[in-house]
Amino acid sequence: MTLLEVKGLKKYFPIRKGLLRKVVGHVKAVDDVSFTVKRGETLALVGESGCGKTTVSRCIMRALDPSAGEVNFTLDGQTTDLATLGGKGLKPFRRHLQMVFQDPFSSLNPRMMVGDLIGEPLLINGMSDPAERRKRVRELLDVVQLPVEYMNRFPHAFSGGQRQRIGIARALALNPSLIVADEPVSALDVSVQAQIINLLLDLQDQLGLTYLFVAHDLSVVKHVSDRVAVMYVGQLVEIASTEDLFHRPKHPYTEALLSAVPKPDPRAKAERIILQREVADAANPPPGCAFHPRCAHATDLCKQQRPALVDLGNGHQVRCHHAHVLDLKGVGATV
Amino acid sequence: MPQTPMVDHPDHEAGGSTSAATPLLSVRGLKTYFKLDEGTVKAVDGVSFDLFAGRTLGIVGESGCGKSISARSILRIVDRPGKIEGGEIWLQQEGDNENAVDLLQLPHEGPELRAIRGKEIALVFQEPMASFSHYYTIGNQIMEAILLHSATSDAAARARAIELLGMVGVPNPERRVDEYPFQLSGGLRQRVMMAMALACDPRILIADEPTTALDVTTQAQVLNLLQRIQKERGLSVILITHDMGVVAEMADDVVVMYLGRAVEKGPVDEIFHDPKHPYTQALLRSIPSIMAKPRTKLATIEGSIPHPFARPSGCPFHPRCPDAIKGLCDVKEPPTHALRPDRAVSCFLYGDAS
Repeated sequence: MTLLEVKGLKKYFPIRKGLLRKVVGHVKAVDDVSFTVKRGETLALVGESGCGKTTVSRCIMRALDPSAGEVNFTLDGQTTDLATLGGKGLKPFRRHLQMVFQDPFSSLNPRMMVGDLIGEPLLINGMSDPAERRKRVRELLDVVQLPVEYMNRFPHAFSGGQRQRIGIARALALNPSLIVADEPVSALDVSVQAQIINLLLDLQDQLGLTYLFVAHDLSVVKHVSDRVAVMYVGQLVEIASTEDLFHRPKHPYTEALLSAVPKPDPRAKAERIILQREVADAANPPPGCAFHPRCAHATDLCKQQRPALVDLGNGHQVRCHHAHVLDLKGVGATV
Repeated sequence: MPQTPMVDHPDHEAGGSTSAATPLLSVRGLKTYFKLDEGTVKAVDGVSFDLFAGRTLGIVGESGCGKSISARSILRIVDRPGKIEGGEIWLQQEGDNENAVDLLQLPHEGPELRAIRGKEIALVFQEPMASFSHYYTIGNQIMEAILLHSATSDAAARARAIELLGMVGVPNPERRVDEYPFQLSGGLRQRVMMAMALACDPRILIADEPTTALDVTTQAQVLNLLQRIQKERGLSVILITHDMGVVAEMADDVVVMYLGRAVEKGPVDEIFHDPKHPYTQALLRSIPSIMAKPRTKLATIEGSIPHPFARPSGCPFHPRCPDAIKGLCDVKEPPTHALRPDRAVSCFLYGDAS
């Protein structure tokens, strides 16, 4: 069952110049992105900095207004296009979409105690009885495996991992349907990162949560997601099940991305694909396929014509003219 | 009184050199403390390691383990209130295997030390944007290092800067040399940083998290560049990182640090395939792997890294250690036990206690 359907999403940021602030161009941060998220699954949105993955998540949360496209959200069998709603119309939906942020040091108000931080969304959404609120906060602390005594402490007293747990408890407070987690573990140390990854997996099983997991670390993505969508310069270039994407990639960019991840094993033969040149400029993307200047398989067709996102079966979609003939390497066998 | 800078190289105790070769750089019992109003933070507390010519030494650990402070202590550029409280840092003299100089005995801010910084030992920082001046072109900043250490003309230094930029793979070096740091992308900035570090042909390059701020594909480019330059120039590299993947790919020898201590040392293959210290073992198990089955949970290390003011007694890892021995690990500090000349572990599970 589809919970979220993003269709033809575009977000252009105007570039202004001169005295009259005339619009001279657009940064196409998100350019025609479509995907669906099923209830109870985790879709990871991956890509390098500037690829537009965070902009997509912000458009879904309506922290940004999309330039075009639909964000269809299904609640109790009813589908609503969030992209068309204004402030008032959005309000009933806000509680169903919650966010976990990257930096647990800047996303918690240092002047509020943990109990108030977690209780704030409850208060805003009408739980006015303090005793009831405290009860729910206790439950939530328990869910994220923090001692209840922490309720009366301030965020500065906690480590990064504990703060991230507080952030997760806050996001869970209103029983949301969708949690958008934007790089939730990338600011954490490895030993703590593992705890939070496990917590996110446990919570999903217990509460039937749906995650849109925005991340750049492919190893983390492998551990948490059911499906993965890869973005490059504002566009989806490949979307597939985690197994397919990592082991049978169909887009040369995905292949390069996978090969570039350092393997924590000195015996693993490093066969890094070194991409030439730099990421294309989203304000002035190259004609044809945005990846062609860096692609080893590019032909004249790639320079002229922009490839469409094509389904190769089994929900494996690729934006490449030569996807069906290329023999690309994924990561080694599953261990 | 400043002591004579030339001293015979000390005899090697346990944990010394791999072969007959003397290490290029030998750190012994380094202690760097930060005395604050709230108490003393022992950022580096008795760390020893060796760097051999032409090899890469990886120093790994999580935040607060003291890996960056160790590197900064070598160049004696620890920010106040940090102070080096003890230890020895022996740097072999160029073209002279018999004599070494203890960097910690050189007068602070003296000409000897300044001659070593940049010329003998160069440093590449993590955040290239924060390490450049915004007001000078990259060419000017590279030339500064060249002009400081050698008597060349401005024109020759500029030509050298352009050559260096070309060598680290900056496209159009003749044009880029006059650009400012903010005009460059993160990957290019890190390359320029590398060019700057190599300007005076150092023997040792210390790279402090050189790729942490970069995307994976850019990281791959920079790591390749580092390997190429090392091969071409026979550089010795100290690579400081928290990323076990980067260490596995780049290092020959590894030092694992935890809360200011070197808990384990050894050749890279043994650290990854036969880790001895419970911390190394747990750390390796908890790394997410691209090879894992989708949606699998990770092994975790209990608790979190203690606050530097609340450092546990005894072995600093004992509260999180699955193998901690009550009454021993929480009371006494484990000694460093040398399993082989190039392999050491600080844990009561090994050595005389077992």
